[in-house]
Amino acid sequence: MSDVALPVTAGIAVIKPKLSRDDRIMRGFIVMVGVWMVIAVLLPLYFMLSKSAEDHDGNFIGLANFQEYFSTPALFYSIENSFFIAIVSTIITITLAFQFAYALTRSTMPGKGLFKTIALIPILAPSLLPAISFVYFFGQQGIIKELLLGNEIYGPIGIIMGEVFYTFPHALMILITALSTADGRLYEAALSLRASRVKIFFTVTLPGIKYGLISAVFVVFTLVITDFGIPKVIGGQFNVLATDIYKQVIGQQNFEMGAVVSVVLLIPAVLAFIVDRIVQRKQVALLTARAVPYEAKPARGFDTVMFVYSAIIGFLILAILGMAIYASFVTFWPYNMAFSLNNYDFDVMDGGGWDSFSNSITMALYTAVIGTTIIFTGAYMVEKAKGFGAVRGSIQFLCILPMAVPGMVLGLAYIFFFNHPDNPLNFIYGTMAILVICTITHFYTVSHMTAMTALKQMDPEFEAVSASLKVPFFKTFIQVTVPVCLPAILDISIYLFVNAMTTVSAVIFLYSTETNLASVAALNMDDAGDVAPAAAMCVMIVFVSATVRIFHAIFTRGMARRSQLWRQR
Amino acid sequence: MSDTNEPYLQIRGVTKMFGDFTALKDVSLEIFEGEFVCFLGPSGCGKTTLLRAIAGLDIQTSGSVEQGGKDISNLPPSERDFGIVFQSYALFPNLSISRNVGYGLENRKAPKAEINARVSELLELVGMPEQGEKYPAQLSGGQQQRVALARALATKPGLLLLDEPLSALDAKVRVHLRHEIKQLQHKLGVTTIMVTHDQEEALTMADRIVVMNEGSIDQVGTPLEIYRRPTSPFVADFVGTMNFLKATVTTSDSIRIGDADIGLESALDDMATGSSVTVCIRPEDVIVRDIESETDNIIDTVVVDLEFLGSFYRAMLKLNDQKGSILLADFSINLVRDIGIEEGKSIQVCLPARRLRIFSDSEGEP
Amino acid sequence: MFIKMKSFKISKLIATTAALAFVASVGFKAHAETLTVYTAVEAEDLKKYASRFNEDHPDIEIKWVRDSTGIVTAKLLAEKNNPKADIVWGLAATSLMLLGNEGMLEPYSPKGVEKLDPKFRDSANPTSWTGMDAWVASICVNTVEAAKYSLPTPTKWRDLLNPVYKGHVIMPNPNSSGTGFLDVSSWLQLFGEGGGWTFMDGLHENIARYTHSGSKPCKLAASGEIPIGISFAFRGAKSKAKGAPLDIIIPEEGIGWDMEATAIIKGTPNMKAAMTLADWSISRKANEMYNEGYAVVAMPGVAKAVEFFPPEVATKMIDNDFAWAAQNRKRILAEWQGRYDSKSDPK
Ligand SMILES: Nc1ncnc2c1ncn2[C@@H]1O[C@H](COP(=O)(O)OP(=O)(O)O)[C@@H](O)[C@H]1O
Ligand SMILES: [Mg+2]
Repeated sequence: MSDVALPVTAGIAVIKPKLSRDDRIMRGFIVMVGVWMVIAVLLPLYFMLSKSAEDHDGNFIGLANFQEYFSTPALFYSIENSFFIAIVSTIITITLAFQFAYALTRSTMPGKGLFKTIALIPILAPSLLPAISFVYFFGQQGIIKELLLGNEIYGPIGIIMGEVFYTFPHALMILITALSTADGRLYEAALSLRASRVKIFFTVTLPGIKYGLISAVFVVFTLVITDFGIPKVIGGQFNVLATDIYKQVIGQQNFEMGAVVSVVLLIPAVLAFIVDRIVQRKQVALLTARAVPYEAKPARGFDTVMFVYSAIIGFLILAILGMAIYASFVTFWPYNMAFSLNNYDFDVMDGGGWDSFSNSITMALYTAVIGTTIIFTGAYMVEKAKGFGAVRGSIQFLCILPMAVPGMVLGLAYIFFFNHPDNPLNFIYGTMAILVICTITHFYTVSHMTAMTALKQMDPEFEAVSASLKVPFFKTFIQVTVPVCLPAILDISIYLFVNAMTTVSAVIFLYSTETNLASVAALNMDDAGDVAPAAAMCVMIVFVSATVRIFHAIFTRGMARRSQLWRQR
Repeated sequence: MSDTNEPYLQIRGVTKMFGDFTALKDVSLEIFEGEFVCFLGPSGCGKTTLLRAIAGLDIQTSGSVEQGGKDISNLPPSERDFGIVFQSYALFPNLSISRNVGYGLENRKAPKAEINARVSELLELVGMPEQGEKYPAQLSGGQQQRVALARALATKPGLLLLDEPLSALDAKVRVHLRHEIKQLQHKLGVTTIMVTHDQEEALTMADRIVVMNEGSIDQVGTPLEIYRRPTSPFVADFVGTMNFLKATVTTSDSIRIGDADIGLESALDDMATGSSVTVCIRPEDVIVRDIESETDNIIDTVVVDLEFLGSFYRAMLKLNDQKGSILLADFSINLVRDIGIEEGKSIQVCLPARRLRIFSDSEGEP
Repeated sequence: MFIKMKSFKISKLIATTAALAFVASVGFKAHAETLTVYTAVEAEDLKKYASRFNEDHPDIEIKWVRDSTGIVTAKLLAEKNNPKADIVWGLAATSLMLLGNEGMLEPYSPKGVEKLDPKFRDSANPTSWTGMDAWVASICVNTVEAAKYSLPTPTKWRDLLNPVYKGHVIMPNPNSSGTGFLDVSSWLQLFGEGGGWTFMDGLHENIARYTHSGSKPCKLAASGEIPIGISFAFRGAKSKAKGAPLDIIIPEEGIGWDMEATAIIKGTPNMKAAMTLADWSISRKANEMYNEGYAVVAMPGVAKAVEFFPPEVATKMIDNDFAWAAQNRKRILAEWQGRYDSKSDPK
């Protein structure tokens, strides 16, 4: 204690607050979340980084692997390919999604709710689904392959089309939020100055959603550059970083080179993540200053154009989904177009059979229940605990870190860490547990931020009141916090469930024969040439995700009715 | 108010740092059993910080807090004895009013019937019988405040802490509730600390007021003491309306404002002749009636503005000094009519010696 | 009240599920007589293999770990210090020889090993591996698609160098597929090292893309996604049986082949059960079972003609030097990867 730092209290004893039982429990939990993050993110990443600097026998060889990487054109060409795909897909997705979001927020066209629901469908599907559909549209036996004017669907064209479908809803949600928080007063001012629609767009709309737009760009960019399913199915000989990791690891068991490619892929993902964080912070500042919401006014010509546009996009999305469903029922495309359930006879296919489907549901349930419990409770402790500033700060950071780690990289890092013979946690390798841990971690950040947002809306003094009434915090947590945050909690569990059903990238390295998953089975069936069964498995995944979503919607509505007495929403 | 000399709450040398920022500087204070004390001061002066230190919600960096003779300086809130009401009320939105009020009792494993009886009693006490089945969102702000109060009182705490409990309410309800809270406190005799930035609230409710400024206590006293005898220009300015006039010390018991000599009630200590001082007087203490030439402390002024404020007029009087200082004075409607005060008219006023407060200029401007 | 009950139930539910999850995830191996069997046998046959075996040995449960040949091989190599497999049943003999060179196989002569064709068993005594069936390369041609592009039907490997086939041929990547590797190794043996690579350089010009698995080229040809797939005969016969317009071509120069074989992994804790399976795997009953899909099996005199399977297969099989292939596998694959792994690779 230096006199300089504390002039007033110089020489006076600083009070060391006694910790209550609540404080100790909270800190214990925070430490547990920290341990989870260290085990589930930091250590695996560390093992992966060190693997990239080792030779096959585990000797440290510095950057030699990277040297080899950058002197092998077959490998480093993928960097250019990945960026090319990511940039082009991002531009197309953002353009399409922006117009769609614009139609939803700035027009008075009919059917907005329906359009929005349709536009969010791709979230329910594994990323393989659009790729498989495109094979049936544009492959050699595709029904409209002429539209490609002789170009191959297997390659960049197919990848980009698939990525646009897959990332569209993600961009859309961000852009809708950005557009609907715009300040109506600015538009009134602009209109009173007789500015044209175009002028208003460039002087008011665009600057107003600047941060949302940037955020959407980086989210889409990251999703594309880290995606594995689409290039795997439809990439042909067009190699990208994510498929290279797979080829190195699964195809050739060259783990060291897999680690090198992972590091290469990690860099753009981390950079995009950092930019997105900075932008998000600014966006929040902008939001709080906002006041009057914008109300769209009917304008016949404009509304018609927007309706037609939305109808086209909606139709395309449904067509892509519909093609996968249709193809899954066709007995033997194109020679026997009769409908049958043959493709659903997964047990006779290379892949994993119906077991993988039930495994996926089990995995998704565990992920949703355990993940929601850990993530929400963890967020609560980090938000509400007293003192412990440095630890809380670093755990807060660790909780948003997983977003920067691509699924392929996380999965590979798990092999290095959990399959290490000296790791006492080695026993979870090859079990359902590692899949659940990996999936929870992979999707931790978004869930954590959802939980934080909900918690920040709670009165910060609930815990103080409880303490003054000598009620332990966990009672208040269960009796008040959880019921009040139930909508957010359900959102988190649905998010985790659906993602657990559809994810491929992280778990592709971690499943075992007993824990094969539906999405992985779809990938492997496609790999073995059983494209229609792969489509069928994707359809089953969509079916489960959609069912769960619908139940969620019904339940949420019912809950809203029951709690409307006290919920002011 | 009990007359034992042992204070119920004893705060000694409390300092609170937020990083490098000192929010409380060496604050000491004694509060006696059954007292109603208000912490008064502008926003950001550290009132809440002091209240939270007393509650253990944000424990002070150094210094001690004793409650009922027990050192509670480092205890967490759950090991202290207090009930608290926040500006936001912090009612549990998903629990009925009854369950909110009975929240602290449920945990004490009291029999259900006992809890129900106590809850009804409390709701009765705060004037809200039969509302127990409703939810907070169905109540008005004032009603929510009463529920929060009932909840805080349910466990019969030795100390009741209120942080700006009325500031979220509209003016009428606020005035009404002031009265009710004060009466309730009187009836229960619970030692109460209320934080407020509203001087009127403090003056009407408190037994004693603690005026705070920039992390320190400026003055502690009864409302009348604070109003009549502010011990610093800050307090003088913060509580009520006050005139601040520049003056020079002429003798040990007189000063000069412009060309008027003003006599004082008692001798000035430590102020050298010729040093400049600030004279404070409240507008309602300025006298115009019955002024004769032999009256002391007369000063010539010109009425530059006359503002009608409902029950009285507030006059802006320009003094005859170089700076043309302005003196505010409140005159009754009768008086204005009787004497014929109007804008532009020259009048003589008297600044009665016993109503003057003198601060040397080294004490700083308000 | 309702709210309270609900929140209580939810918390209890969460706690219970979390507890269950933990127990479930840690997991217990229930059966003592369980064999972990690594295999590259086609998935649709696995159930049949296991149930036929269980007809005779109901007390031994088979736990399959299936993947394509390259991956199973790599997986076994990766687990060298900490083997997870008890026995391998149905993996390319070249791969097993590779494992043998690494000292990973337990020498054991299954009962009746002398009844097998000597070509189909390890020459050492006791044997380290025993063969099951031969697995031969072939070209799957979709006649409908070929006609559409007016492609002549190839009869020789070298025919595939004809520029008319540009973009119409698919073959498996030998790095991940056993079929791919037996193709490459047979070309190197047929045409010599230099001639083999020259042939592949030319073929590469016509290849639309390389696939991860060995069965995919034939399946893609069957579904018309590509006119010509270099794959293996067994797959072609199966697809043809399903009604695909396929011709299964056995190139005149001769065809690469490998055999599927069985070997016990050294250090298995379930040696007795593994021996039981190894014995059964060379039994007459087993060979008859293999013959349901494969025309050439290890036990002489068992084989009957297989539907849609080209009859001339047995005569066209090259005199495969497995030892050479196993020894040079790594080098060949590295060379192949450097030459062809990426279409964007500047030539
Ligand atoms: N948790 C905190 N961290 C940093 N500064 C704080 C914190 N709480 C209060 N302060 C600062 O301490 C000062 C006193 O705050 P407070 O006690 O809330 O004032 P008030 O008198 O309005 O209740 C303010 O300047 C405030 O910004
Ligand atoms: Mg305050």
